[in-house]
Formats: sequence, C-alpha cells, structure tokens
Amino acid sequence: MQNRINAAVAGLQDWFNYRAKAFGPMYRKHMSEYWAPKNFNIWYYFGSLALVVLVNQILTGIFLTMHFKPSAAEFAPGISQAFASVELTIMRDVEWGWLIRYMHSTGASAFFIVVYLHMFRGLLYGSAQKPRELVWLLGMLIYLVLMAEAFMGYVLPWGQMSFWGAKVIISLFGAIPMIGDSLVEWIMGDYLPADATLNRFFALHVIALPLVLLLLVVLHLAALHEVGSNNPEGVDIKKVKDASGKPLDGIAFHPYYTVKDLFGVGFFLTICAFVLFFEPTFAGWFLEHDNFVAANKLVTPEHIKPVWYYTPYYAMLRVVPDKLLGVLVMFGAIIVLFFVPWLDRSPVKSYRYRGWISKIALALFALSFIWLGKIGAGPGTDPIETVIGRVLTFIYFAFFITMPIWSKIDSTKPVPERVPAHD
Amino acid sequence: MANEGVNHGRRRFLTATTAVVGGAGALAAAVPFIKTWLPSAKAKTAGAPVQQDISKIEVGQMVITEWRGQPVWIVRRSQAQLDALPSLNSRLRDPDSKNEDQQPKFAQNTERSLKKEWLVMVGVCTHLGCSPKFHGEIKPEPFDAEWKGGFFCPCHKSRFDMAGRVFDGVPAPTNLKVPPYRFADDKTLIIGVMPEGAA
Repeated sequence: MQNRINAAVAGLQDWFNYRAKAFGPMYRKHMSEYWAPKNFNIWYYFGSLALVVLVNQILTGIFLTMHFKPSAAEFAPGISQAFASVELTIMRDVEWGWLIRYMHSTGASAFFIVVYLHMFRGLLYGSAQKPRELVWLLGMLIYLVLMAEAFMGYVLPWGQMSFWGAKVIISLFGAIPMIGDSLVEWIMGDYLPADATLNRFFALHVIALPLVLLLLVVLHLAALHEVGSNNPEGVDIKKVKDASGKPLDGIAFHPYYTVKDLFGVGFFLTICAFVLFFEPTFAGWFLEHDNFVAANKLVTPEHIKPVWYYTPYYAMLRVVPDKLLGVLVMFGAIIVLFFVPWLDRSPVKSYRYRGWISKIALALFALSFIWLGKIGAGPGTDPIETVIGRVLTFIYFAFFITMPIWSKIDSTKPVPERVPAHD
Repeated sequence: MANEGVNHGRRRFLTATTAVVGGAGALAAAVPFIKTWLPSAKAKTAGAPVQQDISKIEVGQMVITEWRGQPVWIVRRSQAQLDALPSLNSRLRDPDSKNEDQQPKFAQNTERSLKKEWLVMVGVCTHLGCSPKFHGEIKPEPFDAEWKGGFFCPCHKSRFDMAGRVFDGVPAPTNLKVPPYRFADDKTLIIGVMPEGAA
C-alpha cells in the first residue's frame, strides 16, 4: 500500500515537473536554497509581517466590497449611501461585518507601523547601500503607492474626515502654478469632492493600486533575492562559501526563517487582536472620531488632520508659511528618501561599525520624525510648536542633505569577514 | 532562411517608425481615458448659476447659500464695518486686491464688491479649503485683540477682514475668492454669472 502511494506521488511529481521545469529551481532559489544570513534579529520580522498585513488587507477588502456602496447619493437626509453601507450595513447589520471592517482599518495602521519599522531597519543597518539600491527604490515605490492606497481607502466611508481630508489633500495639487486649478477639478471630477470622486477612488483603491502594489512587492522580493539579504552586522556573507557554493554564514530561508517568521506572526497577530477587540479606533488614532459623522460639505470639522501615518509630513506643510513652498517641502520629505543609497557614503553598512556621529544623526532623525508626527496630529495653534516644527523640519532635511558628509567623515570599525559570534 | 545581407539601416528605420506610430497611437488612446475624469455633463449642469432672495437680510447679517457645492456667503455690511476696512490695510497681505485670480475685475476695489453694502464671497479658505467662521462684531476676540469684524478659519487659524482680505502672517496665501455675480433687481442676487456689460 505504502509503495503504491509513493509511486502515485512520484508519478504526480514527474508529471508536474515535466510540464513546469522551471518551478523546482524557482522554489529552491527563493525558499529552500535562498541563503539568508544566520544572524537576523527582531528587526527582520517586519518584512514578512508586511506581507501578512497585505494579505489581510486584500482578504478583508474583498469581503468589504461585497457590502460597500461607493456612492455619495443620499441614503437618508444628510447621510450618503457609502456612509450608510459602512456604518449601518457593515458595522451593524451584516453578521461579523464589524470584525472584517475593523480588521481592515486596524490593518491599515498596522501596515504603516510595520513598514516604518522595516524602513528604519534599512537605515539602521545600511541595507540601501550597494548592491541593494534597487531593493530600496522598489521599497520606496511601495511606500508611495501605499500612502495613496491608504488615503483613498480613508475617503471611502464618506465621513466628515473622509470628505474634508480629501478636500485638503486634493487641494494641495492646486498649489502647482498654471495647471493647479484644472488639475484639482480633473482629480475630483467635480467642483468639490463628490460622487465622482468617491467612485473613482473606490476603483483605484480596490483594483488599480492593489495590482500595482502586488507587482511592486514581487519585484521588491525578486530584487532582494538577486543580491541576497543584508544583516545586522552588515557582513557580506557571500564572501565566504563552502565547496558547494553555500555561504557559511547563511541558512536556508525555508524552513529556518519561515518558522522564525511564523513565531513573529503569532506574536504580532496577538497584539493586533488586542487592538481589534478592545480599542479598534485606538483612541481616535486609527479611525478619527469625526469620521463616525456623515460628510457635510458645509460644515468644517474643528480640526482637520490626517491619520497618524501622514502627520509628520502634514506638520511640515503647516509650519511652512508659504503654500507652494509648504507643498514642495512636504513632497520633498518623501522624495529625499529615494536618494538614501547614494547619499550614504559610509564604507560600512551597519551602525554597529559606525561612529558616534552616525548614531546621533540617526537618533535625531528618528526624533524629528516622531515629534513632527505629534505636532501634525495636534491642532497646530501653539506658536511655539510652529517654531519647534520648523526646527524639526530642518533637522529632517539636514539629516539627508548632510549625509554624504557625516557618513564619510565618521569613524568606523573594521567589519569582519564572517558574522561574529556574540555571547 | 538567408541570414546574409541583413539591411540594418532598414531594420532600424522600421523599428523607429513602428515605435513612433505606436507611441502616438497609445497617446491618442489615452486621451479618452484621461477625459473621463473631467466633470461630467451632469456635474457641469449642477454647477449652473443660483438665485438668492436678499430682501430679508438684515444689516450685519450673513446668509450662506450654495453654488457649485461651495458655501457662498452673502453679508449685508454695516457702515461701521465698511468704515473700518481702510484702517486695516497695514495688517493685510494684499489690501488692494492685486492678485487678479481672487476676484473678477468689478470687485477689485476697497470693498471687494459690486455694491458697497453687499459682500458676496466663496466661503472656502484659500489655505486648504476649510470653511472659515463669521465673526462679524467689532470687538476684541481671543485670536485678535483689535478685531474689526471678519472671518476666522478654525482649521489653521487664518483670518480675513470684512472684505475677505487675508491678514499677514497666517497660512492662507491669498484673499478669499469673489465669485462672479450680478443683481437681477434690488431683491435678487444671481451667483455664477458676471454683471451685465462686464466681460
């Protein structure tokens, strides 16, 4: 009996391999013979966690589209079809709809938490340096698309903050000289955010951008697997290989890191579940209170502020007194990140082998980003806060602009050939 | 197949011309897709002029109507409010309404209006599109001790005077926008069309 089963399995394998010859080598290249450095630490969870959240967003998103109505048409006086389909149908009428919705909204914030930590890991260990520039660039493109995706998703429930947030963000494009006003009209398809805007944002949010996102994720991973993963020591593990060509400091991604990542996923999902069940709006940080009120185009909310993951950039926009300059500074803050692989002139990768200048610079940068995030989430009325915000914006940009200098003159320690054993 | 005698020049020419023609075709094909995003016929119709009865508006009172989905303020200004306007000039960014995008020619005057008494204004902050609040009384306000009446934006604290002129040192870059409008008669205001005779 056993023999028969074995023969059947082998037969099936042969049948498959004959018809898909490239599949076996591909599996080995990306999984069982992808040699990842053996010294990954906690920072290396966030890549796989980002993938887990992406799957969560797609899965819950598909089920949300089954009940959501992308229409600003009136459902009842003062309430749109879209708002009603989220707050009444999904949150109250559909069985377990609230869970799917909160999984999606909590997932959005979780996505950014994971992605920000993932990006910070890259800065910490010099992962953007040669030869991983392409990996970094593709990652930055993912970040850009993700921000657009999240913005459009936030507009869909057509609450007060959906509407006014959309109005503010779209009007940023009005700052462009000459074409600004017509561009804004073109984006909205009306003279203010309206049914046309909501409907096209829905199309982009559920079809166009997810497709782009998935493609970019595949390219990001493919680019990574071409050059191999960096590690906390910044040691190039490909320098020392055994007779078969396997790096001595490398271990197979599968099963070693699939199992390790699975542990991380369990831990991460536990935290997410806690938020999901006990504080799904996260005290107004993940879902703002104003968005539980239906959109009203004649009443502006007291404070218009974006969700937390945009607030550092929003703070920059607000502290700059000139509109066009503010918009340029805001977008510049994101664009400058693309250039990190070429701004970083350090001969070593990881901060573990860099001097105190790099460590202080990175700490100041992290501080400026978080503090700006706090300022951007506030009402923005305190004049002292505006001054602090300008100083922090200066630090943010100074970190990048002076990077070629401080990364080069900073002292370094010699990087060993092999991953050193820590006790 | 004969491989000898390949005419590379001809190949390059054919490749280049195919690429150019194909590229032009792709660009042309993109036009309809891009144009679907413009305001539809329905949206344009909804943007047609609106009428407002102004015979019942008291002095110092503001009425908010809607044009193209935007709030339009109609304020019947008091003599005191009008008298205070020139005294503010030194504190304003553009006291003489030099920025021509922000009002039709007919409103490029001290009161920024067709008739001195009537202020007609798009109630959308020129900073980021919020709707400023009406603080018409001439009295000290928490945001300005020498307040002469005007509008205060709760979003980012921009201030405007009773002619919609922006104060210096606030985030809003320009004066509030004056829509095209005309008076059909003494009781009726039409928003969305220029006065007769004006271009």
